[in-house]
Amino acid sequence: MNKITVTDLNLYYGQFHALKGINLAFPAREITALIGPSGCGKSTLLKTLNRMNDLVEGCRITGSVKLDDQEIYGGMDVNTLRKRVGMVFQKPNPFPMSIYDNIAYGPRTHGVRSRVMLDEIVERSLTQAAIWDEVKDRLKKSALGLSGGQQQRLCIARALAVEPEVLLMDESTSALDPISTGKIEELAMELKKQYTIITVTHNMQQAARISDNTAFFLLGDMVEYGKTEQIFSFPQDKRTEDYITGRFG
Amino acid sequence: MAKFKETAMHYVFLLTACVSIAAVAVICVYLLANGIPTIAEIGLGNFFGLTWKPSQNLYGIVPFIVGSIYVTAGAIIVGVPVGILCAVFLARFCPRRLYQVLNPAVRLMAGIPSIVYGFFGLMVIVPVVQQLTGTSGKGLLTASLLLGIMILPTIIGTAEPALRAVPQSYYEGALALGATHERSTFTAVLPAAASGVMSGVILGVGRAIGETMAVIMIAGNQARMPGGLLDGLRTMTSNIVLEMGYSTGLHRQALIATGVVLFVFILIINTCFSLMKRRSET
Amino acid sequence: MRSSNPAQPFPANASGNARTASEIMARARGQRYYSWVLKILVWLAALLTAGVILLMVGYILVTGVPNLTLDLFAWTFTTDNQSMMPALVNTVVMTLLTLLIAVPIGVGAAIYMVEYAKRGNKLVKLVRLTAETLSGIPSIVYGLFGMMLFNIAFGWSYSMLAGICTLAIMILPLILRTTEEALISVPDSYREGSFGLGAGKLRTVFKVILPPAMPGVLSGIILAIGRIVGESAALIFTSGSGKDNLMLGKTGNFFADLFAPLFQSTRTLSVHMYNLMSEGLHMEEAQATAVVLLVLVIAINAGSAHLAKKLTANGQG
Repeated sequence: MNKITVTDLNLYYGQFHALKGINLAFPAREITALIGPSGCGKSTLLKTLNRMNDLVEGCRITGSVKLDDQEIYGGMDVNTLRKRVGMVFQKPNPFPMSIYDNIAYGPRTHGVRSRVMLDEIVERSLTQAAIWDEVKDRLKKSALGLSGGQQQRLCIARALAVEPEVLLMDESTSALDPISTGKIEELAMELKKQYTIITVTHNMQQAARISDNTAFFLLGDMVEYGKTEQIFSFPQDKRTEDYITGRFG
Repeated sequence: MAKFKETAMHYVFLLTACVSIAAVAVICVYLLANGIPTIAEIGLGNFFGLTWKPSQNLYGIVPFIVGSIYVTAGAIIVGVPVGILCAVFLARFCPRRLYQVLNPAVRLMAGIPSIVYGFFGLMVIVPVVQQLTGTSGKGLLTASLLLGIMILPTIIGTAEPALRAVPQSYYEGALALGATHERSTFTAVLPAAASGVMSGVILGVGRAIGETMAVIMIAGNQARMPGGLLDGLRTMTSNIVLEMGYSTGLHRQALIATGVVLFVFILIINTCFSLMKRRSET
Repeated sequence: MRSSNPAQPFPANASGNARTASEIMARARGQRYYSWVLKILVWLAALLTAGVILLMVGYILVTGVPNLTLDLFAWTFTTDNQSMMPALVNTVVMTLLTLLIAVPIGVGAAIYMVEYAKRGNKLVKLVRLTAETLSGIPSIVYGLFGMMLFNIAFGWSYSMLAGICTLAIMILPLILRTTEEALISVPDSYREGSFGLGAGKLRTVFKVILPPAMPGVLSGIILAIGRIVGESAALIFTSGSGKDNLMLGKTGNFFADLFAPLFQSTRTLSVHMYNLMSEGLHMEEAQATAVVLLVLVIAINAGSAHLAKKLTANGQG
């Protein structure tokens, strides 16, 4: 079953053709990794999936992106879309508020007012993000006081708090140390039981370790897409092979 | 509903952004619509004549224009060298401890109301000048001294950050060529900050030419062509305040027209300032 | 720049080049002398500035403090007591009302410029240009304009409201600029984070962007308060110089007492001081008023310094 289906997607930044006729489908409750050298369009693709590209001036999109057979560039309300398709960014970006308020921000945005419910959501999200034990005694303290790895898990918890169906991770471990990275990877493996996860990464080992499917991008084209074992063991395309064996990129 | 709120607030913010445009437009229109017909009625020759005698329908404001230029020039002579040197001191020479005292002091100076400056000028500078020169003590010299003091914080406040923004490498480069600390500062750092320093000076000029309440206390306010350094004079700003209270009819209109001329002067200075700023940004 | 002969890049005996040891020594002495003079000048300028500030503050305190009598703080003004209390109260009221008008407009405009307008928007450039123009206009021109528009054209005559409106236009660019800078300094990652959670623009602006920008906005407000408190030239023709304490109810009708003062002539503390001085009869009172103004300015500066410290602390955290 496919959660998100991308068909004939073209994206332009002004004159620049950043994504060229992309066709691919993301299976539900699996981790899909988008890999490729810098500037290949993988992050751009990720951002089209929850329309964060709307914030970029001069960005134009043709083609179709469907979430559960519903066209997201059609009549769908962008805020509802972003509630269903959550995002974790490259650098941890907690808001300058308390840990509790960070997590509660999303639910409050979508109308949850009850204190009891918020308490419950906060605890559940933080537990899911495997950070509850570390912060449960300092929920009222500023989130900016956490370490980088903790901040990133907080941001994952924040994204989970709105109960998304899909989680986009944009190089979410690139700013972290190896131990924090390991924790986030474990977390992703755990989360895929419930969520569809799409991750952009520069780290080949990481893609191989955690993802079920891998798509390789180059200069705005999707070169190859398939099961991760397949891509890493028997790449069909010469360029994919060159990239994953480290010959360029 | 939420969408409606978003759109409505978008337009509310847009509207607030337009307020300052509207304000400038209304100010320009109002001043010019009042000023130009007045000048036409008085007659260009009369208005830009040398004699101000409203009782005889003589409305020459040239003495006040010259007066404003004189006191501004005086303020520049007094304030600019001291201001720039002081900014250099604060940015490059000041020990940290001293800076923690001097910087708030300069900012205090910037905050003191002009009426208090006028009071200080009247009570302290006027008597001193009186003693030293044997004149009334009110006049160009006193006004220049006081305005020079008043524009100090303006100049320092703009020039000091400009000096601090100069890359340390300029200074080190000069130092490495064997120049002393002082020489490096004045030959490498100061020229690099020139446009920032200049915009501070221009802001100071704007403040000096527009200053009213302090000048009125100490300039003597004689409505005639300014004479020497010790003679009293009247500026455009003080002319407005001095006579507005009891003026009527064309006299009142002439005072407003004086304000219009002042406004034009300020616009010219502002334009210089933004040109200077643009140059320092590129 | 000295022009040099291109055929002779290293002139054998150009006057500018020291050749012998004694010449080099003389050069060094020259540079030492030059540096010494510069150093003296710089220190002199700093001493002069510091001296002037000390002299001013000292003079105001020494002459003013002995004149600070209890009479001067009587609740109502009479020709005997020359109380500054009404002016002080009116200053506070006018400051608050002016902020009430100018802050929402200034902050709203800044929000539009930073959060809504697209990059390179013509309108934004125009707003910046006009704000810059407004901040350069001298108080007396604001006074004239306010008088012509509010007092005469609107028929409000000398009234607190005319003064407030004039002041609001005057401080608008200050609020706008400081808020704009504060908003720009909020990292984009906050915006992304909020949008990524499905929050709309308004919620993002008010819940995520404005709170960390608040110290910057407040420092602009404090600067504006300083400007209002010190203002006199823009007020003498707009709000005039009424001596009454307008906050004392007269009619007993709550709403009448609430709104009537808006249409009465009012003086602020600075205008009060100007009147005392120009009448020339009450120099002691003027000296005492100068002390109060000075204290206000010091308090305002301390407040803004405190905020500035908080602002840099936030930036590091």
